[in-house]
Amino acid sequence: MLRFIARRLLETIPVLLIIITATFFMIRFVPGGPFTAEKAVTPEILRNLEAHYGLNKPLHRQYLDYLGSLLHGDLGPSFKYPNRTVNEIIAEKLPTSLELGLISLLVALALGLTLGILAAVRRNTWLDYLCSTVAMVGICVPTFVLGPLLVLLFAIHFGWVNASGWYSPVDRVLPCLTLGCVYAAYIARLTRGGMLEVLSQDYIRTARAKGASEARVIFRHALRGGLLPVVSFLGPAIAGILTGSFVIETIFQIPGLGREFVNSAFNRDYTLVLGTVILYATLIIGLNLVVDVAQVWLNPRLKFE
Amino acid sequence: MRRRATGPISFRATRLALATALLASLAGCLRHESVVDQGNRTGVLHRGLGHDLADLDPHLATQASDYDVLSALLEGLVAEDPVDLHPVPGVAERWEISADRTTYTFFLRASARWSNGDPVTAQDFIASWRRVLTPALGADNANLLYVIQGAEAFHKGLGDFQQVGLAAPDARTLRVTLEHPTPYFLPMLNHTAWFPVHLPTVQKYGSATERGNPWAQPGRFVGNGPFVLEKWRRSQEIVVTKSPTYWDAARVRLAGVTFHTIDSVDAEERAFRAGQLHLTASLPPGKIAAYRQASPSVLRIDPLLATYFYRLNVRRPLLNDVRIRRALALAVDRDAIVGKILRGGQLAARAFTPPGTAGYASAASLPTDFAQARALLADAGYPGGRGLPPFELTFNSSETHRVIAEAVQEMWRRELGVETRLANQELKSTLEARRAGNFSILRSVWNADYVDPSSFLDIWRTDSGNNYTGWSNPAYDSLLFQAARTVDAAERNALFQKAEALLLDEAPMIPIYHYTHVYLCQPSVRGWHPTLLDHHPYRDVWLQE
Repeated sequence: MLRFIARRLLETIPVLLIIITATFFMIRFVPGGPFTAEKAVTPEILRNLEAHYGLNKPLHRQYLDYLGSLLHGDLGPSFKYPNRTVNEIIAEKLPTSLELGLISLLVALALGLTLGILAAVRRNTWLDYLCSTVAMVGICVPTFVLGPLLVLLFAIHFGWVNASGWYSPVDRVLPCLTLGCVYAAYIARLTRGGMLEVLSQDYIRTARAKGASEARVIFRHALRGGLLPVVSFLGPAIAGILTGSFVIETIFQIPGLGREFVNSAFNRDYTLVLGTVILYATLIIGLNLVVDVAQVWLNPRLKFE
Repeated sequence: MRRRATGPISFRATRLALATALLASLAGCLRHESVVDQGNRTGVLHRGLGHDLADLDPHLATQASDYDVLSALLEGLVAEDPVDLHPVPGVAERWEISADRTTYTFFLRASARWSNGDPVTAQDFIASWRRVLTPALGADNANLLYVIQGAEAFHKGLGDFQQVGLAAPDARTLRVTLEHPTPYFLPMLNHTAWFPVHLPTVQKYGSATERGNPWAQPGRFVGNGPFVLEKWRRSQEIVVTKSPTYWDAARVRLAGVTFHTIDSVDAEERAFRAGQLHLTASLPPGKIAAYRQASPSVLRIDPLLATYFYRLNVRRPLLNDVRIRRALALAVDRDAIVGKILRGGQLAARAFTPPGTAGYASAASLPTDFAQARALLADAGYPGGRGLPPFELTFNSSETHRVIAEAVQEMWRRELGVETRLANQELKSTLEARRAGNFSILRSVWNADYVDPSSFLDIWRTDSGNNYTGWSNPAYDSLLFQAARTVDAAERNALFQKAEALLLDEAPMIPIYHYTHVYLCQPSVRGWHPTLLDHHPYRDVWLQE
């Protein structure tokens, strides 16, 4: 298993290098630059700015310089925020996105697993239909509809929580619920499917025949196998929750990294674009590895090779 | 087994219903005191800010809205009257202007203090302006200081700071010598580029004349304005509280201001409705009608010194023909755009400079005259638009820009038989196309840096970095050159009128409308007057139920 992980980690290096190179040159070839603004800066000021950030050097030189500082863990200065480095911005914004993501994930798992297991165990009853309907609605209603709806109800009509912001613990409720619900819907459907398949297996019948209680059959025997599809979904889902939090962060005005990620591209903040892309790429690669390990661990039929 | 299950579940359902009922009855108790109510009680103004500031260093500020925060933390030589923004004493308690209007002597008040207790001196201003003009800092607005004698040469590395027209005979006297008479010099001192910084503080955290100095942060920032920086949570809020060292602290009635950075206009409007904001930065155009009907008392529509217009690239064939440009300009029904599409109180623009800019209004105007437009087009050899290839109209992606472009496209097609292709691009791409001259017709906006016609008309000078159309007219340039050196207001305005008439005649651009600032404001906010630059001196604002 250690060899497996080590090999996968080694494979990561060229993948990251390709991502960095592609991003570096792609963002440079987009029209406009970090100092392009509605009101033009004078040519002298523009030259000073470009000299300060090293943008007057040849592109390949800038690329090598960037790789050099990256080796030291330095993601460079931000173009948009004149007195900040990309490292600082990420260090400040990532925890917020992680908090949003983790709570949402817990919401998604709690809701999704409950709905999915209920639906599978009470298959073809009104409970199953109800859970499946809720899940279907959850998949169909996008976050930018669900979010404002929840705000209208709980913030504006009842006045229980703030409509936007990330000030007090209660401000976490609506955004995490919104983001969690969408993923809960997928998880519910996958859990139901996975559980149904497992519940029809011989070893479940054997367990029941041996007189195991229903709870023991479900939670001890069925769930481990039934969760396999959910686990393979979780890798990309966690990455999606982390990187795709842009919409939620905008609706609820959460100071997270998702907004910086998207806005940095609009601002042509070259270093911030690269910094966030590298971070997200690393996260996705890492999470996929964790999922692969978890799958082998959950499914005795698989082996590390 | 199924029957066994339904029992507890229906029992649970009953319990759930009971709990819900209980929760609903608790709803009233749960409703907490809104942020606005709390603000009214404690004297803290909650203002929506749109985008977050890139930095709180006034010399590196790039957005006009940065002023909203920086004017709470810093004060220039002069301040602004809350009603019409005319210059009133700020750090300078009085000033004298020489007979030729080129030398200003400011007398600084003894009570002006930085938030660390140091006195605000004439040297502070000279050191701050030197910083702005130092090339290495790369201050975006350094060119605003070019009105000072020798400042341009110093900034371009051609001169020495000794030759810059600044002198401080003593700590409380500051003498500024200008290149030429500049009637808008005093109002311009309220631009963030002219604000002083406390240089010893800046130097404590790095080089004062290079970027990347993290001094402008809570706990470090030293200002001289009515408020001090308390907290800055990026992309979230900036909290300022009343400064005890401000010379006019007795007049400041707000205990503090909290700026909420909400860059989504829809989220901002929801936050206002949830009682989180006294003031929004803006209002989505689609909601104006609803507010006008349901709650007109919170809807504010103020005039704003800004013009929405189309640039015409006169380097391109066809658009290099003034008849075709005039024809296009005359065939735009601005009243329809303002009255039927925008409906936010905007003013149809028949000239480039908004009327009433520092007592100036254009004498010439661009009417809507379809018959004359058709005649001009026929004269140019394209009667009924026959034989004319389609024009491309470029705008940055936005619902409003699109509907206006579609309306103009339809007007030109219907009235002139001219076809237009609409091309929308992301903002920076349109700005790059503008720089490279890679457009035919381009949606544009101009907002004034200071209240003076020159702030608008200067951009059409040949040497202006903001012209972009390729249009150049020596007569126009010379009229503006003369106006810049004319002291008499009436004479100066007459020169501007002549220049603007020339501009409208040659039509290198098509003015569409003059902006308004549409936003929401709680009735408890007092002293919030409609001003042309959307400036609202905080020392004259208070809250009252």
